[in-house]
Amino acid sequence: MIEFNPLDLLNTLPILVLVSWACALLMVNVFVPRQGKGLMVLLTALGLAVTLILSIFQAGTQTEAFKGMLAIDDFTVYMNVFILASSLVALAISHDYMQRMGLARGEYYVLMLFSVAGMMLMASAADLIVVFLALELLSIPLYVLSAFARPQVESEEAGLKYFLLGAFASGFLVYGIALVYGATGQTNLIQIFAAAEAGVETPAFLLVGAGLILVGLGFKVAAAPFHMWTPDVYQGAPTTVTAFMAVGAKAGGFAALLRVFIAAFPAISVDLAPVLAAVAAATLVIGNVVAVAQSNIKRLFAYSSISHAGFILMAFVAFGQDGLFEDTIASVLFYLVTFAIASFGSWAIVIMLERKEGRGLDLQDYAGLGRKYPALALAMAVFMFSFTGVPPTLGFAAKLFVFRVVIEGGYYWLAIVGVVTSVVSAYYYLRLIIIMYMQDGDPQVRGETWLNLATAATAVATVLLFFFSTPLFEWAAEAGFLWF
Amino acid sequence: MSTDVILFLGLAAVAIGAALGMLFSRNAVYSALFLILNFATVAVFYLLLGAPFIAMAQVTVYAGAIMVLFLFVIMLLGAEELRKRGKLGWQQPLALLLGFVLVAETAYLVFVRGDLVSQIVPAAADYGTPKDIGILLFDNYMLPFQVVAVLLLVAMIGAIVLTKDDRKIERKTSEEKA
Repeated sequence: MIEFNPLDLLNTLPILVLVSWACALLMVNVFVPRQGKGLMVLLTALGLAVTLILSIFQAGTQTEAFKGMLAIDDFTVYMNVFILASSLVALAISHDYMQRMGLARGEYYVLMLFSVAGMMLMASAADLIVVFLALELLSIPLYVLSAFARPQVESEEAGLKYFLLGAFASGFLVYGIALVYGATGQTNLIQIFAAAEAGVETPAFLLVGAGLILVGLGFKVAAAPFHMWTPDVYQGAPTTVTAFMAVGAKAGGFAALLRVFIAAFPAISVDLAPVLAAVAAATLVIGNVVAVAQSNIKRLFAYSSISHAGFILMAFVAFGQDGLFEDTIASVLFYLVTFAIASFGSWAIVIMLERKEGRGLDLQDYAGLGRKYPALALAMAVFMFSFTGVPPTLGFAAKLFVFRVVIEGGYYWLAIVGVVTSVVSAYYYLRLIIIMYMQDGDPQVRGETWLNLATAATAVATVLLFFFSTPLFEWAAEAGFLWF
Repeated sequence: MSTDVILFLGLAAVAIGAALGMLFSRNAVYSALFLILNFATVAVFYLLLGAPFIAMAQVTVYAGAIMVLFLFVIMLLGAEELRKRGKLGWQQPLALLLGFVLVAETAYLVFVRGDLVSQIVPAAADYGTPKDIGILLFDNYMLPFQVVAVLLLVAMIGAIVLTKDDRKIERKTSEEKA
């Protein structure tokens, strides 16, 4: 008969609180007048903060919940804290922009909360069925948020494109899950691991299934050759949504990739490594080379985010080698945090310069920023240096850790591809700095307390945390899985 | 010939007839109705195979809910009549070829490698009963079941957000104020 373990509810309390809070906000929103959506922002922030505190209290828990569907471990707690903190920053840079663009509607915040719940679920999913459902819970609100600025054609196009291609990618994921189930008879990650170690009758199905899962999740993290949607969606979606999506969807996607591949597929890692290496190399080359030709700042950052997905994937390649999976997890988590900090900072500056009807988004609109707003230009320069990987910024440490894992894994050619594409990336990141400082112009900036605060905080963090990068890395290395 | 085989042959004729009717009917409403007939026959196939839950799900979800939605959309869009000539160029021969390949593969499996087909063991009589599935849903699959519920709520919110015409409401309230 049906057994129910009340401890499951306690172990999943953060997600439960967040989802209930989102449902409650949906009702509250009806009674909040259109001009007073600031209240919704406060309530959303409160919900995220409460969930964040509950997540921190889970530190040290090592358990399964709901019959092995979820794993609550240090990795979950680390990802949850990261995702919730990111969402708070995304919220801080949202409010002013949404009002300015005439998009201030309460559903924005509710959908954001649901998407965050999906990301948190992805970080703790220990069963392929939950991985799929969490991915949908993460994605569907993002599809809607991308089209939030309708009837603007670009936003509608972004939403529709993201939705259609996302549904297509979900198809790949489900097919992959079905093949893995067919080969092993299991959907639970740790049981798949056991079945694969014991040897399966049809290893081809397991391999193809793992490949298709990589396609489905690779789409979400914008890895080449599944990146086609990224520039159009990033450009068309409201900029605050883009900032949220660039970090959140990547975090969720990589969390699931880490857990699924490291927990379930070590037995076939030898066969998967060349595929992962090829995808990482392709992502690096395409992201960095095409970014050189961009003149729109949102498209430029879209390609830049593709290239960073490539760097994170690089750390993945050697996941199956003895004793390397801990370094893999740690360097991926470290890189994600680094990318998130610099990414939110630079998107906040983009939001400050953006005006209605998509004006203020050209690279040339940043000319003269260094003279007129020196602090802002300095912050942007810090973020660009971090993206390039120049010391003393966090980006340098992140790239160092990733390269170390790649070289320990013995993939020298991949490390060379990474270094060369880093040099290519320096061209377009430095070009923005040159435009800001060397060219004359009259940029119009909309400053607002929360935007300024977010920019300043991320810029300071990018530089300051660099000096604590080793302890931070060791901290990330402790975010292990329940089963190891 | 056992009654099962006679039943199967009769149903198969209806299923194929309905599928062809759906394809060749030039009226979209007729096509949808043919598809419902096809779904219903397939549901009986499931019953013959001893899968009552899937049969009922097929009837209620596909033949019921989804097809009613289809019919509504067709009628609301006014897309009943198809134009005389479709814009199918190279797809037509390709579809014919692929269809032929499928038939050939099936024939090969059934007539040449019949031993493979006969190996399939029929499921136990009490396998996959609605009660079992219900218990599974609320026991092992409690969490996915609840996540699906949230997912449907999100999809509903999304559909409303993307279709509600805010400007109309604003205009109305501003007129009221004036």
